[in-house]
Amino acid sequence: MKEKRKKVVVLACSGIGKVYGALARETAYELVEKVRPKITKLICLPLLVIGDPEARRMVTANPVITIDGCPKSCAHKSAESQGARIARSYQAINFYKAHKELKPEGIAELNDLGQRLAEVSAIELGGIVDVLVAEEED
Amino acid sequence: MDIQITKVGIISCSGEDLPEGTLSRIACRKVLDELRPGDTVTICLPLFIAGGQEERDFASKFPTITVDGCEKRCAQISTERISGKPSRSLLIPEILEKRGLAAPKRLRHLGQEEKEAAQAVAEEIAKAVDEILEE
Repeated sequence: MKEKRKKVVVLACSGIGKVYGALARETAYELVEKVRPKITKLICLPLLVIGDPEARRMVTANPVITIDGCPKSCAHKSAESQGARIARSYQAINFYKAHKELKPEGIAELNDLGQRLAEVSAIELGGIVDVLVAEEED
Repeated sequence: MDIQITKVGIISCSGEDLPEGTLSRIACRKVLDELRPGDTVTICLPLFIAGGQEERDFASKFPTITVDGCEKRCAQISTERISGKPSRSLLIPEILEKRGLAAPKRLRHLGQEEKEAAQAVAEEIAKAVDEILEE
């Protein structure tokens, strides 16, 4: 029997104090809900950190993308501490550096430009997801 | 000597994977920005858990309110493990039930009903802040 297809797990910064935290989260939502919904899975970062067995199983069995909102890199560090298979790690500020015309603002909810930046960044990450899934199937 | 409590730390569930997590984040921001801006600070939950010393020090010295989106109570459990019992532990489904409001369905871009639910949750958090500051 063929093994169930693997998914790419996405872990985003979950801070509620900074715009790039909101951008990290919104990019993750775009990626998981719209860009690659069937092959990605979002997991609550705190749930992983408190040691939830199912969350831990997901990040050790599948490749993981972390998206952080500040240099403290909680998503990356937390995933690492739980033995996750981190395949790629991103800082959301670099999404803005790559698209300076889209300046994100807002913390609880992003402005329109920030929303657009999340969409564009998620599309770019979609290509990375495809590469990771292909590697898993090789 | 009495130590006057001037700030309350709010630790929100970040629940990226459930609509109640989004509701929690938005409600907490409302409290921080609109309802009780001078009386509250937020503590980033993952940073707190991951060992941010400033956050841990604050939470061990000042009262905290945890706001969780589901029964797994990540915010409450983490706070208890790291800095002691929170002054109040709120659970979104309980608040919504008490207020007769429906559970949110969307992870983002909340609709009118969900915005009203966020306002109700924010009011409950603000009430808890007032109670703590008066104790």
